[in-house]
Amino acid sequence: MALAPAITDLELLKDHPAIAKLLAWNPASVAGAKFDRDEMTVYVERSAIREACSLLRDDSNCMFNFLADVTCVDWAPSEPRFEVIYHLLSISKRERVRLKVRLNGDAPALDSVTSVWPGANYFEREVFDLFGIRFLGHPYLRRILMPEDWEGYPLRKDYPVEGYR
Amino acid sequence: MGHLTQMPALEQGQDRTMILNMGPQHPSTHGVLRLILEIDGENIVRLMPDIGYLHTGIEKTCEAKFYHQVVPLTDRIDYLCPLTNNLCYVLAVEKLLGLEIPPKAQWLRVMLNELTRINSHLVWLGTHAMDIGAMTVFLYCFREREDILRLFEAVSGQRMMTSYFRIGGVALEPPLGFMDRVRDFARRFPSKVDEYENLLTGNPIWVMRTKGVAKITAEDAIALGVSGPTLRASGVDFDLRRDAPYSGYDNFKFNVPIATEGDVFARYMCRVRELRESISIVKQAVDGMPEGPIKADAPKVVLPDREKMKTQMEALIYHFKIVSEGFAVPEGEVYQAVESPRGEMGYYIVSDGTAKPYRVHMRAACLANLQALPAMCEGQLLADVVAAIGSIDIVLGEIDR
Repeated sequence: MALAPAITDLELLKDHPAIAKLLAWNPASVAGAKFDRDEMTVYVERSAIREACSLLRDDSNCMFNFLADVTCVDWAPSEPRFEVIYHLLSISKRERVRLKVRLNGDAPALDSVTSVWPGANYFEREVFDLFGIRFLGHPYLRRILMPEDWEGYPLRKDYPVEGYR
Repeated sequence: MGHLTQMPALEQGQDRTMILNMGPQHPSTHGVLRLILEIDGENIVRLMPDIGYLHTGIEKTCEAKFYHQVVPLTDRIDYLCPLTNNLCYVLAVEKLLGLEIPPKAQWLRVMLNELTRINSHLVWLGTHAMDIGAMTVFLYCFREREDILRLFEAVSGQRMMTSYFRIGGVALEPPLGFMDRVRDFARRFPSKVDEYENLLTGNPIWVMRTKGVAKITAEDAIALGVSGPTLRASGVDFDLRRDAPYSGYDNFKFNVPIATEGDVFARYMCRVRELRESISIVKQAVDGMPEGPIKADAPKVVLPDREKMKTQMEALIYHFKIVSEGFAVPEGEVYQAVESPRGEMGYYIVSDGTAKPYRVHMRAACLANLQALPAMCEGQLLADVVAAIGSIDIVLGEIDR
């Protein structure tokens, strides 16, 4: 089965409720969008992520009230190196959307969304633990899976699969 | 929602309170979960889970494997529902590839997935009841679980680490007489659920230990990312099998059990009723099992049959190529969520166009559900923590990955 090509033109996608809402709030907050394999991805500016999440949660057209997941992808050695990924779900509308924030490789940091969804707590701690991304305003940003005194961030691409021996 | 935000590290107990360490080696923690409790007499002031004891870096390992080689790793994440993990992973890769799956394979997947749910719920029910002090239920549950594990062994050769679902279909045609065995089990099982319920549902001790204990509201549960039966017991009517159907679930008729109380008893009732719904889906799947192939027609992705490899040159070549260098997956990313026995299990897979996944991330339902434990337990009695842990049905292998 042939895959339909991804749509990356923001003009064609601006009717999606999440993108429409963000564009109406602050056009500079949306850095791009992608519709691929029936999944919508919205690239959000780093500084806007917390407010964008809070808007999408409360807006009556979006109602993305459930944060399903937060994770990260390391694109080293290219820059911006990290993508932090939020999977949002609207329980009432049965819709999903993916938000992405791109971060540079040196001292990556962005706002925590724990004030929007307390459930982001463990997800963000996991991303901090395994990728070394700092979430500003997180109530308890410490390693969660690895031991407290572990050195390095295992899921970064420059970390060997076998670990350091 | 400040009351849900987790407090910083517990400090030295003040005048009235003391710090109690529970686990990681504690029989009621279902694995290796450590809880740090600050207690005032018998009352819990604060609770903090400490996890990571089973972390094995599966996500990192996946990045070094071909797509087919990841399937056995997914078994080992949540060892109580390996087939659900297999299913979620293969659905995600199939979505990346744009692969169509033949109906018989979809039906088989649904049938085995529901048997897995029953298997997982039986372990949950047995251990949860044993934690609270009802020993007999454990033996009853493991009796039926054994039947299911024998079915898994018959179909896949393995009791627990099945790896039966493969990218593009299922591994093998089920053996002769398998459907009759499943039908027989489906016929016997509802009366067994009655037995469990006779032991527990009306049992005054069970009711006293579970009703009104470890409550959580729908609003708090959603804010904390709680999913699955734990969420439905708080009155949120959401089930991915019905609301975002995958693998042909839209062809089956079933109810989604809901409760509104949000306590341990409500979660118990939701899961017990799910047992009955699941066995009804199994029956529908056996009776309506379509004929046809069990693998997609995609020779570059799906491993050929053994028989064909012995007689056809192309099959042998494809087999050699798939095993030795994998297959390239078009660039892109997908998030596939399925309703696991514990809630929303999600696989997020990023492909960079090569034969190995660039990133595989598992959204563990238990990780989010565990975050609700402090909200459930704080202000409750120490003995109720054990009931609360059992009621969210945690599997530490999935939490730690």
